[in-house]
Amino acid sequence: MQDGAAQSDANPAPLPEKMSVTLTVNGTERRFSVLPWVSLLDALRDHLDLTGTKKGCDHGQCGACTVLVDGRRINSCLTLAVMRDGAHVTTIEGLATNGALDPLQQAFIDHDAFQCGYCTPGQICSGIGLIAEGRAKSPHEIREFMSGNICRCGAYPNIVAAIQQAMGTKP
Amino acid sequence: MSMVNNTAKTYTGTATSRVDGRAKVTGAAKYAGDFNEGGLAYGAVVESTIARGRIARIDTSQALRVPGVIDVITHENRPRVADTDQAWKDDVAPEEGSPFRPLYDDMIKFNQQPIALVVAEEWEIARYAASLVRVDYEKQPFVTDVYRKRDDAIVVEKPDKLRGDAAKAFAAAEVRHQADYFIPTEHHNPMELFATTAMWDGGGPLTVYDKTQGVQNVQQYLCGVFEKKPEEIRVISPYVGGAFGAGLRPQYQVVLAVMAALKLQRSVRLVLTRQQMYGLGYRPATIERLALGARRDGTLDAITHEAVGVTSQFEEFSRNDTGWSALLYTSPNARYEHRVAPLDVPTSCDMRAPGAATGVYALESAMDELAVALKMDPVELRMRCYSDRDQNEDLPYTSKCLRECYREGAAAFGWDKRNAEPRSMRDGRNLVGWGMASGVWEALQMPAAVRIVMTANGHAEVSCAASDIGTGTYTIMAQVAADSLGLPIENITIHLADSTLPRAPVEGGSWMAASACHAVVATASEVRKELLRLAKLMKASPLADTVEEDVTLSDGKLVSRTQAERGVSISDIMRHGAMERIEKEKTNEFAEDKAHARNTHSAVFAEVKIDEELGVIRVTRVVSAVAAGRVLNLKTGRSQVMGAVVGGIGMALHEETVYDHGFGRIVNHNIAEYHVPVNADIHDIQVIFVDEPDALVNPLGIKGIGEIGIVGVAAAVANAVYHATGVRVRDLPITLDKVLARRPAT
Repeated sequence: MQDGAAQSDANPAPLPEKMSVTLTVNGTERRFSVLPWVSLLDALRDHLDLTGTKKGCDHGQCGACTVLVDGRRINSCLTLAVMRDGAHVTTIEGLATNGALDPLQQAFIDHDAFQCGYCTPGQICSGIGLIAEGRAKSPHEIREFMSGNICRCGAYPNIVAAIQQAMGTKP
Repeated sequence: MSMVNNTAKTYTGTATSRVDGRAKVTGAAKYAGDFNEGGLAYGAVVESTIARGRIARIDTSQALRVPGVIDVITHENRPRVADTDQAWKDDVAPEEGSPFRPLYDDMIKFNQQPIALVVAEEWEIARYAASLVRVDYEKQPFVTDVYRKRDDAIVVEKPDKLRGDAAKAFAAAEVRHQADYFIPTEHHNPMELFATTAMWDGGGPLTVYDKTQGVQNVQQYLCGVFEKKPEEIRVISPYVGGAFGAGLRPQYQVVLAVMAALKLQRSVRLVLTRQQMYGLGYRPATIERLALGARRDGTLDAITHEAVGVTSQFEEFSRNDTGWSALLYTSPNARYEHRVAPLDVPTSCDMRAPGAATGVYALESAMDELAVALKMDPVELRMRCYSDRDQNEDLPYTSKCLRECYREGAAAFGWDKRNAEPRSMRDGRNLVGWGMASGVWEALQMPAAVRIVMTANGHAEVSCAASDIGTGTYTIMAQVAADSLGLPIENITIHLADSTLPRAPVEGGSWMAASACHAVVATASEVRKELLRLAKLMKASPLADTVEEDVTLSDGKLVSRTQAERGVSISDIMRHGAMERIEKEKTNEFAEDKAHARNTHSAVFAEVKIDEELGVIRVTRVVSAVAAGRVLNLKTGRSQVMGAVVGGIGMALHEETVYDHGFGRIVNHNIAEYHVPVNADIHDIQVIFVDEPDALVNPLGIKGIGEIGIVGVAAAVANAVYHATGVRVRDLPITLDKVLARRPAT
């Protein structure tokens, strides 16, 4: 749109109006207003103060931002908050019940399935989504279906073991 | 050695789960970009799109008219910063050169250089406005290709004294191997984006949450750059989402965030994008030349290792790369030389096992080629060249169990079933290859201090400025503290990564475990002395005539080492002494020992399966046998080596920062096109810690394991690819196109 110096005197396009969004996040209804270009990820982190969900690339390449929307795992950086009006969102902060960890959270600790911990919220949400999908039976399938979640510390074998434990398929 | 029949649990050396595990699996662990208090403004960086020249004109007027934009900071309107190189040098800065100063002037020194910071009420607004900043450049010629500067690179490393005449011995050798190897530029790509949240507190001290491997390094640097007193800036980094060396030096986003906070008198968060992180440091592309001359019996006569790496035009960064080759194996003649080519790029920096990951890749590939030329088993060749002394310094080691690494690794892998002939092993449509390599790193230790506050209820708070970048520092310090203070690990709280805490080095070089844990032990000893002093004041004290050396802390009690029944509980001692808390701080002390070399070693065995028609390469098995002294935590230690093996597989098969040298610009600056291993790429990895008692390296026998796990992995994989296919790929990464194009005619 802008063609160098010639147009620098022109006013930039005005910002769009903020829109009201209602989400049920970790069981609690949250209503807020955001500009329509705000991703679900940034809405969670910057508007709802749920910083457990991480940003690693903002382009759907790393999976650090994985959350569960209506029970399905998605990259929250690839969806706009306004597109999810009315949805149920579960983040890493919503997995433990009354202080008791989800079995997959406990399995991640037991198997040391992380080092720095930055990809971990996305890995765990993705793992819970995978288990719910019911399509991963073997370690090979777990590896394939968890390959959208990068772990640069290289904890992959431990992540597979943790998911096996939570699925009850650990030999 | 304790004579007490001790039933108390000990933690050191066990597979204890991470003490920060719960925080990390619940989302409670806060990283630098996770602090939301303070009415934040958000920054977005504008980068240069040329590699060298100057900014002729920068027009921010449109960006400033976007509603919600607070300011656009450029070199033209930035606040005052220090103008000496000394002020801009951090602890890890190269000695030679002039550190980069973001937004300092109109000069462009590399592509993706930050040239403006937009600050707005919301991040998306800042990002939009950043796209409206207009820049005119005066371009200058540039070079970003190391091959074009190979001949005028600067010598940065060579031996003090020559060992024999390597060139002459090579020329006369019965069997010779000489080749060039190449490692491309690699970027660390920690999962966490580089981020800083600078909290403005009405002109009081500025609290800076920063992604760094050294909070005190960043704090001192910021005080230098912004001419502040130490008490005016505090740097905190409780959790770090990986770094691998990228966080050793302060990165430019911390300067920009603090600059904006000071200028606008507001709290500011600046998170770089994944793309922008390719404008930071990197593992330098390196051309390695190896020349090995041997006798037919497999003993070496000549080792020559020459390398050319990359640095910027303004700083001279390098790490020991070629020296490893002359150190590791017995050879009467050896020569090494490392040069760096200054290019129009950012300064290169440390990346996991800097120098060794590259130099030892070349050495161990060359050793494999020599074994082929000798028709000798690669493990046998290394046994014949084995040295019990550091060949460079001619010193014995504090310990060196590399032989055991070869033996135990080979046994676990099943190496004896290997058919030496390339292309001889198959699994269906896959060619199977088995390769191996050695690894070596240093066992370093640095001054570090720890404060312990013990309270009468038997809890202890242990504080140190050290960082835990995922390495397990919180956990191993808790284990060692629990054992030294005789308390359950649940009663230990570790506080790290706050610049106001006791002095620690940057987290790097594999030195933190030895450094921090000895500081814990030294401080715990002061606590014990104080408890004994108080215990002796008690009426009819069972420890009345006991000396310091004869007591230990165990199971919540101060007890005699020789007579377990003689003891007093910590709470009784403190209550009797009317002490609510005992606070001690002590710096570790290491005896100076110039008579020994200190190194860690490894033997790596790798299996690859390569689809013969498609060339697809999978690393199906790795056994890494590591000799690194005492391993403090078998669970986190195993993970650390396993993760390093994954990094080594990435180095071998995936990772490459691709430049368009015509534009002097990186073209794959994202993690879809810069490939790193994903879950499906990683199969069976077995980690073996061979028993390596070491009473000389330091009292606890700790050598550190952060780096050693990656060294040798790329060579083991490359050697396995050769064994599978008969194709020797000497330029990393080994991608299927290289294997297919170079396969032998059939």
